[in-house]
Amino acid sequence: MTISLVSSEPGAKGVKADEQAGTVRGTTLLKRGFAHMQKHGVVMDVTNVEQAQIAEEAGAVAVMVLDKLPYDVRKAGGVARTASIKVIEEIMDAVTIPIMAKCRIGHTDEARVLEITGADMIDESEVLTPADEERHIWKWDFTTPFVNGAKNLGEALRRIEEGAAMIRTKGEPGTGNVAEAVTHIRMVNNEIRRIKSHYQDGDKQELMKAAREYKVSFAIVEETARLGRLPVVNFAAGGITTPADAAFLMNLGCDGVFVGSGIFKSDDPAQRARAVVLATTFYDDAKIVREAQKMVDEKKALLGLDTKNLELRMQERGQSA
Amino acid sequence: MTKKQLTIGVLGFQGDIEENVAATRQAMEEMSVNGSVELVRYPEEMERVDGLILPGGESTVQSALAAIQRSLPVMKKRIADGMPVLGTCAGMIMLSKRAYDRVVGETRQKTIGNLDIVIERNAFGRQNDSFEADLKIDALGKSPFKGVFIRAPAVSEAGKDVEVIARHAGRIVAVRQKNIIGTAFHPELAGDARMHRQFLKMVLDYRRAK
Repeated sequence: MTISLVSSEPGAKGVKADEQAGTVRGTTLLKRGFAHMQKHGVVMDVTNVEQAQIAEEAGAVAVMVLDKLPYDVRKAGGVARTASIKVIEEIMDAVTIPIMAKCRIGHTDEARVLEITGADMIDESEVLTPADEERHIWKWDFTTPFVNGAKNLGEALRRIEEGAAMIRTKGEPGTGNVAEAVTHIRMVNNEIRRIKSHYQDGDKQELMKAAREYKVSFAIVEETARLGRLPVVNFAAGGITTPADAAFLMNLGCDGVFVGSGIFKSDDPAQRARAVVLATTFYDDAKIVREAQKMVDEKKALLGLDTKNLELRMQERGQSA
Repeated sequence: MTKKQLTIGVLGFQGDIEENVAATRQAMEEMSVNGSVELVRYPEEMERVDGLILPGGESTVQSALAAIQRSLPVMKKRIADGMPVLGTCAGMIMLSKRAYDRVVGETRQKTIGNLDIVIERNAFGRQNDSFEADLKIDALGKSPFKGVFIRAPAVSEAGKDVEVIARHAGRIVAVRQKNIIGTAFHPELAGDARMHRQFLKMVLDYRRAK
């Protein structure tokens, strides 16, 4: 089996067996398997049908439906909540690729509504205003798979133990600056290298110390160390704006990328979307990444924000839980 | 002189590429076949392989990339010339002569087109409807094969040269047409390499005949 099933909750409520039909839904294999189908792809943030169609046409592997793009969430201030159900339904009727939607951290009932609506994956996201500062959603109760953000290994493993089927770096959403996403993926990679070397040395005591430090089980630390990577698919997110940004994060070992404000806050969204898809697939071929860069115009890119002077650091939301 | 080593290519654009590489390696090991498994993304790589696997993922993305890279005609010609090909889920959609979506209907999606089937995308529904089910596949022996269906398609029309090799709930979910196998489910996720072994046998026969 190439999909790790580590930490699956026995008897999880999200698993639905139909004995008559001989089928079972909502298993860890199906949830993590869905995320595996997204690999090497680009998930694009959209706020309406028109943008979703541009994204699909450009080769997006899925669309993420929001009420406002992260850049506009920052500008608007106030409380950011899940998107209008009507908009999600319109997009579901208009495109053939999977639809993801965001709910607030800890907001189990926003997530329930998204599940019933038919979202293919739910992003419990720090871009929205957290509804619970202490806890995240217990995701094993859902048939729908979840993706969560993480800025280090401990956060990632805690989310996986709660049932996340996919992890993405948090980055700093809506800034147009990829630096925070780079920091987060390097952090996760370095921490995995550390436990991998303990695993290779057969040093269980060090793995146990890591489990205590990360506040997770020994089993998930040992599995991660054995695999030498997260036991679920890991995407880059936060600040990706250009094809070269996407290639950079793929070269750092990400399985795919999310592009938030970078496409639809630019003045060349259709071209830019196509170019980011191309650079994500051919991330290790500098000639093709250059071709992709030629498809976009830097004068039309999202100008971006200085991450040092932000009033709101979204990446810090939900990090201690 | 010995023939060059057997090479299986896995289309490396998008999707569960590494899982198909692993399942093929497992099949090679179980059959004691000496060979290599490579990612293929460029037309010249497609010319070199003895057999090709089109993985699961999003077929719209894979066909958009294949069109940009001008690899659709290369794959079409090699498959028409007899190279064995296995397409799983999105890969079967890529091989079909026509695809439409259950909800959205006709789309402008380009396919390779060698497999004489019409395919309905997302035929079983959205991700919440994704399921595992045991399948009876005579070609793989008596014990059932675990079908992993993720937003899976189904075959709605099959041409006269197409052999149906598996059904679920009355729908056609796996077919064979000469050198082409297509499955609506993901044999690469079953932890059971029998389907990949079947494909490998076709590749060995093809090489012997060359």
